[in-house]
Amino acid sequence: MDRLVVISGIGCTGRASGYFAADSYHTTHGRAIAFASGVKVANPDLKPVVISGDGDLFAIGGNHFIHAARRNVDMLVLCVNNFNYGMTGGQMGPTTPDSAITVTSPDGNIEHPFNLVSVAAASGAVFVARWTALHARRLTKSIEKALQKKGFKFIEVISPCPTLYDRYNRYGSGLDVMKKYREISVIRNFTDPMKAEIDYRTRIVCGEFVDTEKPEFTDLLAQQSDRLQKR
Amino acid sequence: MQKAVLTGERFTQGDIAAAEGALAAGCRFFAGYPITPATEIAERMAYRLPRIGGRYIQMEDEIASCTAVVGASYAGVKSMTATSGPGVSLMNETIGLAVMTETPMVLVNVMRGGPSTGQPTEASQSDIMQAKWGSHGDYEIIALIPSSVQEMFDLTIQAFNLSERFRVPAFVLADEIIGHMRERLVIPPEDEIEIVNRKKPTVPPEEYLPFKAEEDLVPPMATFGEGYHFYATGLTHDERGYPVMDEEAQLALVPRLCDKIRKNADKITRAENTETEDAEILLVAYGGEARTALRAVKDARANGIKIGLFRPISVWPFPKEQLKEAAANAQHVVVAELNYGQLVGEVERVIRNEVPVHLIPRVCGTPHTPDELMKEIRRRIN
Amino acid sequence: MLTRQERTPIIPEEEQATKYQIIVNEDWCKGCGFCYSFCPREVLEKSTRFNSKGYYPPEAVNIDRCVGCGLCEALCPDFAIHVEEKKAKIKAKKGDK
Repeated sequence: MDRLVVISGIGCTGRASGYFAADSYHTTHGRAIAFASGVKVANPDLKPVVISGDGDLFAIGGNHFIHAARRNVDMLVLCVNNFNYGMTGGQMGPTTPDSAITVTSPDGNIEHPFNLVSVAAASGAVFVARWTALHARRLTKSIEKALQKKGFKFIEVISPCPTLYDRYNRYGSGLDVMKKYREISVIRNFTDPMKAEIDYRTRIVCGEFVDTEKPEFTDLLAQQSDRLQKR
Repeated sequence: MQKAVLTGERFTQGDIAAAEGALAAGCRFFAGYPITPATEIAERMAYRLPRIGGRYIQMEDEIASCTAVVGASYAGVKSMTATSGPGVSLMNETIGLAVMTETPMVLVNVMRGGPSTGQPTEASQSDIMQAKWGSHGDYEIIALIPSSVQEMFDLTIQAFNLSERFRVPAFVLADEIIGHMRERLVIPPEDEIEIVNRKKPTVPPEEYLPFKAEEDLVPPMATFGEGYHFYATGLTHDERGYPVMDEEAQLALVPRLCDKIRKNADKITRAENTETEDAEILLVAYGGEARTALRAVKDARANGIKIGLFRPISVWPFPKEQLKEAAANAQHVVVAELNYGQLVGEVERVIRNEVPVHLIPRVCGTPHTPDELMKEIRRRIN
Repeated sequence: MLTRQERTPIIPEEEQATKYQIIVNEDWCKGCGFCYSFCPREVLEKSTRFNSKGYYPPEAVNIDRCVGCGLCEALCPDFAIHVEEKKAKIKAKKGDK
């Protein structure tokens, strides 16, 4: 527990870091991963866990995400994806599905959303999984598994936003949305993340899609530094 | 294994002196992004840090660089970044976070001409106000301005010491002249370099309040991984570190963040006087421009003109008392700076219309020559 | 293969009445209904009384059926429900033997 550092950005999920009886830090919007990189590189014994939302990690923080994944910096990134900016009142974001109604896409979203697991896999994450908030136990197992692995790990958690996104789009209460998850989600481990469908209305493909090994950044830094210090 | 402190004399560049100063101060983490004219600092750190057991990481942008530095500092390692004005523009977001979470860290800004991309390879001092007011909200910061390669080394160490002492980001505000200049640097023996480290908590974790200040208004700082299990946030917070959105919390926090610098200003501010005792004309100049100014003052003195030079070494906090003292006999105060008028406002606030304050601005990317400067001074006081 | 003599018969333990208890911090509940809607053993139900915020918290109406899977606890967005093993009771029973 002393080695755990929980780091979050801004938003509904950004508050998560304050709920832990562990070392924790609440950064500015989008910067949790950059902060975690600093923590990990400065003290490789620490285990950073980033918990944040889809807007925080993939819009304002998108650049940090792809580069930390590319470097394979050891950290677990948990993204709670509720398809909109909830804290600020339900605006569209990088994951808002096509034609969805939000306060800043009142006539239907015309942007193409990110498929987060595909972005993570393409950027070089060594572990990529997706679950919904209903898959609490499978999600817990994936988190346990990811924490045992070294490298950049990514888990997407599809989550209801009953007060804003789900209401604007008439998906009903949080409970209705959770029931919908039960109805439409399928578990397909090791599906190609590019093909891991995510459609709020028809099909959500869940599972662990990537589980691979790759040299980790701080290990490589240490190896190089050790070699240079012997000279 | 290479040594962290390269004791001895060498002929070197300002940027490299800043990097060596950082290493001598105990810096073992650097995160940065290439930018002219500060890149040499990153290059030096990329070469030196892994050889002495430190860590260099090149980030994806300046926002990430500055944020990684805050993370590294919270992980217990003295950390820094180096950039130029456009990079500071991006870092300002995180500078605010660092101020709010009271993070010791050093930023070297080797100033170039702006606005925007401006003049990347030319000298400028136009980020003086950016250093103070760059991020939003009320806060105080520390900024030191070196005037020589030696000072690049010395002031980088002092920036680390002050930053650790007061848990606030500290700038080394160099201009391109000093950053790229090569001259003699003397690095003293390691045991002669004064090093200040942040205050650590003396209470057990269950009694630790991460933002409870001591008498000097600075709270002791725990490090991640030590078992203190504390929380820090950019939101307004109480002594426990948890967000509190009321009047009382803001009132307890923001004035303290400012006052820990304002009320300790006498321990931070520094300035240098040359021939100011009987000076009727007080020339104020800093950084690269102060070198020209010094020559101009010496030449003018040889011609019987009672002129002196006041060189602020800390610009933030501004050395008000030292300036008042230096200007005691002055009939004219002349501020020469490589911008269109920035620090002159601060000088005017101190002099308060008691005597005329003149500005000699310069925005073309090079400093004045001593003759040009003297000509400009004469034009203004006659 | 074990010989007939080596084998020990499997005798099912006596079923213990209540192994788990469910603790609800009623005032933290916002009545989302996740716990009782997804309980695989139908242990929980929406109660008929409401909490200080005006929501109906869950109630363990079939606690005997609880297998301690903890799904209600994991799903609760408000950390308002906890499943606990009644360790003391089980120990006491074993001690009796």
